[in-house]
This record gives sequence, C-alpha cells and structure tokens, in this order.
Amino acid sequence: MAKVLVVTSGKGGVGKTTSTAALGVALARDGQNVVVVDFDVGLRNLDLVMGAERRVVYDLVNVIQGVVKLQQALIRDKRIPTLSLLAASQTRDKEALTEEGVANVIAGLRERFDWIICDSPAGIERGATLAMRYADAAVVVTNPEVSSVRDSDRVIGLLDAKTEKAEKGERIDKHLLITRYDSGRVARAEMLSIDDVLEILSIPLIGIIPESEDVLRASNLGAPVTLSNPMCAPARAYADAARRLTGETIEMSIPVDKKGLLDKLFRRRAA
Amino acid sequence: MNFFGFGRRSSSAPVARERLRILLEHERSMADRRDLMLVLREEILAAIRRHVTIDPEKVMIKLDRGATVSTLEIDIEVPNVEMRLLSA
Repeated sequence: MAKVLVVTSGKGGVGKTTSTAALGVALARDGQNVVVVDFDVGLRNLDLVMGAERRVVYDLVNVIQGVVKLQQALIRDKRIPTLSLLAASQTRDKEALTEEGVANVIAGLRERFDWIICDSPAGIERGATLAMRYADAAVVVTNPEVSSVRDSDRVIGLLDAKTEKAEKGERIDKHLLITRYDSGRVARAEMLSIDDVLEILSIPLIGIIPESEDVLRASNLGAPVTLSNPMCAPARAYADAARRLTGETIEMSIPVDKKGLLDKLFRRRAA
Repeated sequence: MNFFGFGRRSSSAPVARERLRILLEHERSMADRRDLMLVLREEILAAIRRHVTIDPEKVMIKLDRGATVSTLEIDIEVPNVEMRLLSA
C-alpha cells in the first residue's frame, strides 16, 4: 500500500529539501516506486536539488487547476527509473493550493507509487499544513540547535492536530531526523546532543546525518548525496534512515568518513 | 558518482554556478514575458487540434532548457481513424 510521507521542520534551512531528495533516491534505489513532491509554491527548489530544473514543464498547481493530467506533470528521473518528481509552481498566488486539489493529487499519486514524499515549505502556514494534511507519516528534520528544536516541537503539535489522520483520531507516525550533526562539537559540549534533542521532542529517531561537505557538493551537482556519493557518511546515514522507514531494524549509528592524510589534503583544495 | 578516482575530486562550485546561471536567466526572462517554449507548445498543440481530436492524456511533453539551445519534445498519440480521415 502506498505511503505518504511529509518531510517537515517549521524552521527553514535545516535540510528538508536535501533530505527529501536523499531519502527519495535511497528508497527508489531499493526498488520502491517513489515520487518526491515539492510543496514550496513560489519558491521551488527540489527540482534544482534533484538536477531536473531544466526539464520542468508543468507543476503541482497546473495539475490542481486541471491544466494537465497528473501523468503529464511527473518528471521521470534520468538516472533512477523508479524515481519521479512533481515540481512546485513559481506562482506568487498562495491560494493556488487548495485542500481539495491536494487531496486529489495525493489520491492519484497513491495509485501510481509506493512512496509519496512531500517536501514541505518552512513555516506553519497554508503550504506547510497542506503538505502534511494527507500524510501517513512524517519525518521531522531538526538541527541540534535551539531554534530548530523549538520549531520542530511546534510542527509535531501541528502533525497531531491538523492532519487528516489526526482529525480521524488515528495516529500519524512521526520520525525525528537529526541533520548537520557534528560529533566533535557535541563532545566539546558546544552542541546539543542526540539525547538532549530526543528528551525534549520525545519522538522516535529515524537517523542522524553528520555535517558534511558532501551535502553541499551534492546540491551543487544536482545529484542527491545518496546518488552522487553513496559511500560517504551522510549518504550512508540517509540510506539507513530510508531502510528504517520501510520497517527494517538497523542499529543506530553516526557514519563517519575514513580520511587518510592524502584525502584530507585533496579535500581541502577541492571543496 | 565519483568519476575522478580515489581521493581527488573535481570542484563542484563551477557546476553549481553554471546551473544557476542557466536557470536564473530563464526565470528572470519569464518575469516580463511568456516563456517562448510554452508559447510554442500551446501553438503547436492548437494547430494539431484544428485537424484531429487529441486525447489530452495521450500527449507527452518534454522540455530541456540549455544555455544556448532548448529542446521541446512533443509526443502525441493520434488515433489511426483520424489519420485516415486526414489523408482522405
């Protein structure tokens, strides 16, 4: 049965789009049929992170307004045949997304895909609430940093109140994904630890993504990190998180890159 | 993909700069006029519709915007019955 997953956070810049793309690739690589949907109307970026920005003809709003059929707006990834993208519109009209329209699109996607991953805009306004509205599960992306944790707490509250599942009295699965984690700074007590964040937010942990230059590099290239460099630490962390989402039990770890002296020298020059 | 062998990697910033340049050039031009590619698409489809009825679901449109050249690929399934009418 299809699963609708919203990637959300409240705060901007914590890694929702990066995580949507990386998880989408990881799930599609495991043979799942995946679509990633950009809900950030007016400020789309998932197309850019996925490397499909030059191929966008139609978008989510065109489908909602009935200009085109869903099938025509889906952009098939050139590298992974089981991965598709539905882009957000660049319109400034915030009313372009309607609850009924989003419901229809999600229902149509459920017929075609195993996983529908909705990349939420930042904030708690219309776009964000519509992105989570029909979700079965949520990935709450959080940086180990005070304002991000606080905003995640707000968003967890919204997930329990404003989603269709919650309104029907059902439970929406919430998973915490910690991104930009720097174990060195945690060791020096300069950064909140995993336990600190878990204690405050008290939702189950799905993965810990270490801070890494590979993430910026992936965005630069338009190839999600799980595709551009699947063996690097953040890619392995995303791949494990994706497998946990499918129900596998994998021991929680924070992958690290093995660095030789030569590697360090080259990296400094090449980054 | 790491094409560049063990350890050494090419820098990714020039790729990012080029991708943004192409994208933003297109998006800024969109601000004051309609996208040429989209105008072409609509007019080509309208021309075909004057002769045959096409099922909107049987139309696939692909676009690739490049720095100097863009390609617009329109794939339309036309029923054979209509084709015969057209040649008759």
